Amino acid sequence: MPVMFVGLFVFVFGNAIEGGGWQVYRDFIIPGITAQSVIFATMGTGITLNTDIEKGIFDRFRSLPVARSAPLIGAILGDMVRYLLTVMMVLIVGFAIGFRPEGGVTSIIAATAVVMLFAFGLCWLSAFAGLLLRTPMAVQTFGSIWMFPLTFASSTFVNPDDMPSWMAAFAAVNPVTHVVDAMRGLLMGGPVAGPLLWTVVWTAGLTAVFFPLATRAYKRRS
Amino acid sequence: MNAFEGDEAAAIRADGLVKKFKGKTALAGVDLTARTGTVLGVLGPNGSGKTTTVRILSTLLHPDEGRATVGGYDVVRQPHQVRRLIGLTGQYAAVDDELSGTQNLLLIARLLGYTRPGARRRAAELLERFALSDAADRPVKTYSGGMRRRLDLAASLVGRPSLLYLDEPTTGLDPHSRNEMWDVVRGLLDDGVTVLLTTQYLEEADQLTDDIVVLDHGKVISRGSPDQLKARAGTQVLQVQPVEPGELDRVVGIVELVSGSEARTSSSTASAAVTDPAVLPEVVRRLDDQGISVAELTLRKPSLDEVFLALTGHPADDVPSDTTAPAFERTHG
Repeated sequence: MPVMFVGLFVFVFGNAIEGGGWQVYRDFIIPGITAQSVIFATMGTGITLNTDIEKGIFDRFRSLPVARSAPLIGAILGDMVRYLLTVMMVLIVGFAIGFRPEGGVTSIIAATAVVMLFAFGLCWLSAFAGLLLRTPMAVQTFGSIWMFPLTFASSTFVNPDDMPSWMAAFAAVNPVTHVVDAMRGLLMGGPVAGPLLWTVVWTAGLTAVFFPLATRAYKRRS
Repeated sequence: MNAFEGDEAAAIRADGLVKKFKGKTALAGVDLTARTGTVLGVLGPNGSGKTTTVRILSTLLHPDEGRATVGGYDVVRQPHQVRRLIGLTGQYAAVDDELSGTQNLLLIARLLGYTRPGARRRAAELLERFALSDAADRPVKTYSGGMRRRLDLAASLVGRPSLLYLDEPTTGLDPHSRNEMWDVVRGLLDDGVTVLLTTQYLEEADQLTDDIVVLDHGKVISRGSPDQLKARAGTQVLQVQPVEPGELDRVVGIVELVSGSEARTSSSTASAAVTDPAVLPEVVRRLDDQGISVAELTLRKPSLDEVFLALTGHPADDVPSDTTAPAFERTHG
């Protein structure tokens, strides 16, 4: 999926959108696609949890003499590894088509850390949905409803300045904009402090709200 | 039999378990005892409370009222100690489709604190025992239904539990796989494991269990050994259908006279519970004497429904259907 996204966006939109050819758009969009791919991957967390509980896999784990919260924590940690692989995949594809961040290796590590941080906050929302809703299908639908506006009405694919004013206003407060801007700043140069601060605030907020909700739903559900 | 008889040897003891889901009563005061080293069968139709009982006894659900001990430990206050003793095989094979048989067992073994080589040995041992060695390295999604159930059972045995819960282990299996599963369960008993088995099949309870508890609408309606239960319900059902529907009344008369039990009629067929196989030739003789020709004459094992009718006086059909009942119990658990 991430590989396809890079290919499609860079070459389909790249020539149409920017004046400076697809290379300019490539450098603009690789941070965006990285964030988008990870955000979509968080949806998998909820779907997998839902499926595993329906199949009784969590019953099995919880009848073992291991900590009650271990299966949930383990699932989330496992998914964090999956998100990291997603980031690496997009960056490798980006590299293959000539993406060379100005900030070098340090900037890649820093940008990866930013998107992983946000994914950690977001995965609790996904986990909560996965534990609350009845079927994997419902989790998927719920995920798509908020993921598409969040990723598209942001600075992921285009500069929000080109959007209608109401959408630009949404994009300005959209956490995905902050995440992508922070990554762009780190990788390609630009302001970092502001978007980074907002990313941290959003992550802390998401975690503060959805971590307790998810653990409570987990105790009830399983 | 009282629930507290043979207290010393009780591996599982439940006393007055009550559980409600959103105002719907799943258990309305269940008492049961499983003696150490024996198989206790919990028999009942869908929605009778079998799965809820198992989930409480395996610490997955808290009862609203009543208490239960497993191996002497309270399931609510000492769940961790209980979990050290038990193995759970649920209604749905709880194995990961993407992993191989070996990987599924390794995962559990490592969670239980086995060393890497120790886990490998234990996995190989169990796969061998359940005739899954050939499929050990194939992903589970390529397994047949019977193989999945066997792997699921193997997974619940990794930690060498002294107490095993089998929740409808053969539901949905073909007769061949069911027989294989039965052999596996019998094999467990040789290891001295105490088993609590739920089932919808009287025959399964008869084949495998030492004691049976019959559940209906969350209540125990009968308990005893399989023989006692069959004596109450009749070992077999005699069914006679005359060629001429007009002769049904005479057939009913003969059947009741010979079997000594009340006959039921449905669509020109008379049936009655019988305990003595000698009634069959006797019925044939009398039918012949009176010149009644029959379209159908069978002697068969009673269905769960007939056992219920005998035990409760009402058929077991006024319960939620197959699919809704377990889903309800699980989701709101």
